[in-house]
Formats: sequence, structure tokens, C-alpha cells
Amino acid sequence: MKPRNKRIIFVLLALLSVGGASALIGKAMKGNLNYLYAPEEVLAGKVPKDQVFRLGGLVKKGSLQRSKTSMEARFIVMDNRGNEITVVTDKILPDLFQEEKSQVSRGKMNAEGVFVAEEVLAKHDSEYMPKELKEVLAKEHTPPTKTGDKL
Amino acid sequence: MIPEIGHFALILALSVAVVQGIFPLWGSFNGKLAWTSMAKPGAYAQLFFLFISFLCLLYAFIVNDFSVKYVANNSNSQMPAAFRASALWGAHEGSLLLWALILSGWGAAVAFFSKGIPSIMLARVLSVMGFIGVGFMLFLLMTSNPFERLLQIPLQGRQLNPLLQDIGLIIHPPLLYMGYVGMSVAFSFSMAAMIGGKLDAAWARWARPWTNIAWVCLTFGIALGSWWAYYELGWGGWWFWDPVENASLMPWIIGTALIHSLAVTEKRSSFKVWTILLAILAFSLSLLGTFLVRSGVLTSVHSFASDPARGLFILVFLLVVIGSSLLLFAFRAHKLRSTGSFSLVSRESGLLVNNVILLVMAATVLLGTLYPLIIDALSLGKISVGPPYFNAIMVPLALVLFSVMGFGFFVRWKKDSMSRVLKRVWFPLTLSLVSAFVLPMLLAQDLKIMTILGVFASSWIALAALMWVLSSGRSPFKLPLASWGSVVAHIGMAMTVAGITVVSLYDSEKDVRLEKGQSYELAGYKYTFNGVEAIQGANYKAHRATMDVTYNGKTVTTVHPEKRDYGPGSMPMTEAGIDAGFTRDLFVALGEPLGGDAWSFRLYHKPFVRWIWLGAVLMGLGGLMAALDKRYRRVRRRSLEVAQDDEKQTTNKPNPKLSGAIA
Repeated sequence: MKPRNKRIIFVLLALLSVGGASALIGKAMKGNLNYLYAPEEVLAGKVPKDQVFRLGGLVKKGSLQRSKTSMEARFIVMDNRGNEITVVTDKILPDLFQEEKSQVSRGKMNAEGVFVAEEVLAKHDSEYMPKELKEVLAKEHTPPTKTGDKL
Repeated sequence: MIPEIGHFALILALSVAVVQGIFPLWGSFNGKLAWTSMAKPGAYAQLFFLFISFLCLLYAFIVNDFSVKYVANNSNSQMPAAFRASALWGAHEGSLLLWALILSGWGAAVAFFSKGIPSIMLARVLSVMGFIGVGFMLFLLMTSNPFERLLQIPLQGRQLNPLLQDIGLIIHPPLLYMGYVGMSVAFSFSMAAMIGGKLDAAWARWARPWTNIAWVCLTFGIALGSWWAYYELGWGGWWFWDPVENASLMPWIIGTALIHSLAVTEKRSSFKVWTILLAILAFSLSLLGTFLVRSGVLTSVHSFASDPARGLFILVFLLVVIGSSLLLFAFRAHKLRSTGSFSLVSRESGLLVNNVILLVMAATVLLGTLYPLIIDALSLGKISVGPPYFNAIMVPLALVLFSVMGFGFFVRWKKDSMSRVLKRVWFPLTLSLVSAFVLPMLLAQDLKIMTILGVFASSWIALAALMWVLSSGRSPFKLPLASWGSVVAHIGMAMTVAGITVVSLYDSEKDVRLEKGQSYELAGYKYTFNGVEAIQGANYKAHRATMDVTYNGKTVTTVHPEKRDYGPGSMPMTEAGIDAGFTRDLFVALGEPLGGDAWSFRLYHKPFVRWIWLGAVLMGLGGLMAALDKRYRRVRRRSLEVAQDDEKQTTNKPNPKLSGAIA
């Protein structure tokens, strides 16, 4: 084989691999990004159907109900403008999960308008709090009565 | 007094590093022997002063000197002494001091084991390492001084994050840092070679054992981190694609590529440009990892309370390092002529595929790690890039890589023919194809496409490596240590792949609610809950559950998962109950009380999960064997004369055939 042809083959191989990798990355990026939404945005229909997303908000006081026989737990997530979404999960709730504290759950909406969570994360204490969550919560979910609360 | 001595020693170390950076380099140009010979004592002195500084901080931790702000923030007198000591590197300032200490340790080691390296080359290598040290010590002194005192001395220190009060933390960060910082040695060698303008294969030969050892440390460090996350974070995962994990994985991937590319540069005088770029990239990614973790732009359990000034400093430092090394590269690139030509079917081609795939993998991880930051910076929303993204790309890429890997053992350098290679690989190839279909059917009674691919990949790598030893025609005991190292490391890779495949596809997981006396069966194991008791630990209170596990009515084990409370201001900790085994782990995590006698539990059956870490241990051992091959010691003695030979070759036989395609 002539050196020139060999070089062409190498270049083609390189292009092929770069092209293949970008196609893979593009495809993976499309399907696997999890956006964080507040209840208001969800109720306004901003989230496409059947998409896995993260729902952030405050756990409503007195809304946590546990099944007497199974792992199932239900609670209501709200923002400070009165928008509410019911969340149901059969996973262990995290140690720091509490009513009137913020949480983020990952999952999707079912046909009845209930959010089925595959994973529930609680508000971390100040040191381990995800920054993005801190910002969204500071904007959306600070209870109006407790404005000085450290999030 | 002691902390001030530590502070002072740190300043002295910085001054030494400045001298070590400037004079040997200068002397290497104007031929002043006295100046170049300052490199070695400089490296030793820097290590000496940093060691004193480190000891002083360690002393402050051991004796609970809470007048030192860093000690007061990260340790208290109720913690066991071992954890008080390891708390030194549990947060930002101390871990940076450890970084600097390890860097100077590498420098001194290079100076000590450098008998065959020409003194001018050595002077330049140590000078580059001196400059890196200057950067880090300036960073320490300007933004994160660990010796800062408090005006009001607290009676008691704060709690160290309970997650970090663990044997894993005592060894995981130092090993990881050894790996990160070790990449600076390959970087310094490549810089020194470029400064000298003599870009023969000799620098690759000198850099190889160092790069291997750095890679070994990184491998062990990452594996330890993964193991620690598995049992300490409490939820049974062994890899989370957490940004900080990614920060350590990227230098590892590029380091892997660098090891292979250095082999080509040394043995075939090819891939020269490529190798230099990889050396720059590996170290830059180590710095980027530090930047990402320390600047607070990322969030994870690893990122400590952060300060924008620190992030800015590392960012500037990163830009200086990348900028100056690429600038130097631009000036020298025309001298980089790869002399070894090779044809399409050759070991060089195989390693080229290896390098390209590894590079794409590192780019994928980088993109996934930085993408949320970019999107956030552009105010396009808050997103997280989850494991599905990484898996969707890394798995196919890895499969291609593994398929090529097996052939790589049998292909000759320079030129080979497909038919000859096939004649040698047909046996392991057929055997692994057969086992890919037979093993899952026999052991799991099903046939998933991913199982077939995974079993094929791991048996193909392992069999190819083994067959290569057996068919090499030499007694296995006469093979050089480096060849054995390669075989062991690749078998380790095969083991890790097998572990990942099986545990990802066949693990079972269930969150259950159990009242005292109730039981639940998962994957044939019956878990019976026998109550929770309250216990008092050294510096925590805990609820401790008793869970008896039986299999077909026979008692297997009793595990005790715990929920620990380390007092106000800290998160509750889940301490899993694990029964480890060669072919399966049983993993029980205690959830929360659900009223009455009922608690929630997470149960896991994790087949072959240990193989992931055992494989990593083999990889590390293999790398160590390769680095300790006596060839390097012998070669170092001859290296001068070999270097001159290479030079002659380069000038006598210019062979531009393929260099363009590679360069």
C-alpha cells in the first residue's frame, strides 16, 4: 500500500471514530439530562410528558402519610405560591427528610397527576447542600414567615 | 510556637522552590555547572522543610491545639487519635499541604533515583517541578494558610464530617494525591525534553517507570475511593459518576493512554507529539480536578466550604501551566519527527486505537462534568448529567477498546499480517466467544445481550493475556518482569470488567418495611429482622439492628447495620451491614423507624462486586511490576549512550512516511 493511501485510511478511521463518538454523545445528551423544576412550572405544563425530571420544593406540613403495611409513602411538595404536587414513592426516605423542609425527588408524573419518585433527596445541611438547589430554593421556596432562615 | 515553626518552614520551602526553579534551568543554558548542581540539594531541602511544616500541623492536630483555626474547624478532642491525624487532610488547607509535601517527595525521589540521567536533563526536570511547587506553596500561603491562628481560642473543636471518620479516608486521599501529583513527573520530563530541544526516545524511557508508579497510585486511590463510597455512603453503589469521582477518573484514563503511548515512543520512536500532548494533558487534568474540587463550583461530599479567591488562583495557575506548556510545544513541534513508520496491521496501530478511544472517553467524562456548569453559567437552567449519559457512551467505547485489546498482545511492532495474527488468536477468540454464550446460560439461565458482550470482553482479555504468555515460546519464569506486569494488569482489567458486568446486570435491590421478627427473601437469601438496640460509640450514638441471614434454611451470617448520630450539626450516618464474599456481597442498610417495631431497610444482593476492586488491585500490581523491571535500572546506566544512538538514527534515517498521520 502506498504511504499516501495509508494516511488516507488513518484519517478516515480518525474521522469515523470522532463522528461515532459525537453521535453517541449527542444521543446520550438528549435523553439523559435531568432538569430541575418547581411545582409551578410542572402544573403550567412546562415539562414534556413521560420525561424523567427532578421536582424541587418544600414538603407540606402534615402531608406525609406512610402505609401501615408497605414501604409506600406519600407527601405533598409545594412552593410558596400555593402550587402543590403529590409525590408517591416506595423508596427509603433520606435521613434528613422532614416536613416543612425542602427536598428534591427524581421521577415522572403518572396519568393521575401524581409524581412517582424513584429517588428522594432531602435538604442537606448547609455544608453539603447542592448549590443549584440552594439557589432555586432561595428563589422559590423560602416560607414567607421565615425569611431569615439559613438555607 | 509549633504552628509558627510550621508556617516558617513552609515559607522556607517556598524560597527553596524558587531557587530550585530558577537557577538549575538558567545554569542549563549558560553552562554554569554550579547552578545546575543546585537542583538536587534543592529538591531534598524542599522536601525537608515541607516535612517539618507537615509535622507541625500534625502535632497541632494530635495535641488538640484549637488556637489553630484549621484544627478547630476540623477536629475535636473526642475523636480517636487516628482520625484526628487523618483529619489533617480531611479539609482544604491540610490536603493542599499534603499535595505540596507529596510533590516535593516526588521531586526528591526523582533526584535520588537519577543516576543515569544526564545532569542537564535532571536539572531541567527538577526545575520544572520546582516551579510547580512554587505555584502550590504560593496558593497555600496566599489563600489557604493552615497555620492561621484564632484570636479567641475555643474550648472544643468542631466535628469532622462523620463520613470522613473512617479508615478509608486515612489512606484514600494520600494515594490519590500521589497519583495526581505523580503525573507532574511525566509532565516535567516532557517539558525538560522540550526545553532542551532534544526530543529523542530517551526522555520516554526515563519517564516510563515514574508514570507507571503515578498511575499505580491513582489506580489504588480510585479503587479505594470506590470501595469507601460503597460501604460508607451506605447505599450500595460503587461508582456514582459524581463530578469529583470524574475528576480523578479523567487523569487516570489519560494516564492509561500515556503509559501505552510512552511505550511506543520509547520502543519505536513514534507517537512523539502525541506522547508529549498526553503528558501535558494528564497533568492539566490533575490540576483541573483540583480546581473543580477546591473552587466550590461543583457540589459533592468532597467539596469543602469554599472561597472564590481559591478557585480563581487555581484557574490562573491552570492557565499558566497549560498556556506555557503549549507555547513551548508550539516552538518545538517542528523538531518532533516520529521516525518509526508502521503499517495498518501493527501493534502501533492497535495502540493508536487504544489512545484515540481513551482520549474520547476522557473527553466524554469532561463534557458530562462541565456541561451543567456551562449551562448554569449561560443561565439556561439547572441540569444534572446523570449516570445514563456516561453509561450510554462509555460502555460502547469500552467494548470496542476491549475487542482491540486482545489482538494487541499478538500483533507485532511495525508490520504484521492479518492472517498471521488470526492464526495466533483463533483459540482464545473462539474460547471466549463460546464462553460468552455458555457461561450466562449455565449460571444465570438467561441470555442478555449485555451479559454476552461483557463476558466476552472479560474472557477475551484474560485469555489473550494468558495465551500470550504460554505461546511466547519462552519459559514463563524467564519473561521480563515488565511483560508479567502487562499480563497481570490486563487480567485485572478483565476481572474488573467481569465484576462490573455481573453486578450491573444481576444485582437485586429492595427497600422493605420489616417489623421485629418478620423476614424477607431476596435472591434466595432470607433476611430476618431481630430488633434494634441503642449503643454508644466513641463519639456517636447509634441504633444497631440485628439481621440474621439464612440460605435454604442454613445460617449464613448475622449483620448489624447501624444508624449513627454524631451530635448536633452533623448528618446522621448510615453504616451498612455487609457480608463480603468472593462471588457475592450481602448488603443491608438501616433506614428509618416507621412506628412500632417497624423499620425500613434496604437489602442488596451484589454478585461479584468484589471483582471490581480485586481487578483494580491486580492492575495496580501489574503497573508496579512493570515499573520495577530491571530493564529500567540497567537502561539508566546505559541511557546516555543509547540517547546518542537514537540521535544518530534520527538524523541518518529520516523516515517521514507516516509521521504526518500521527503528528
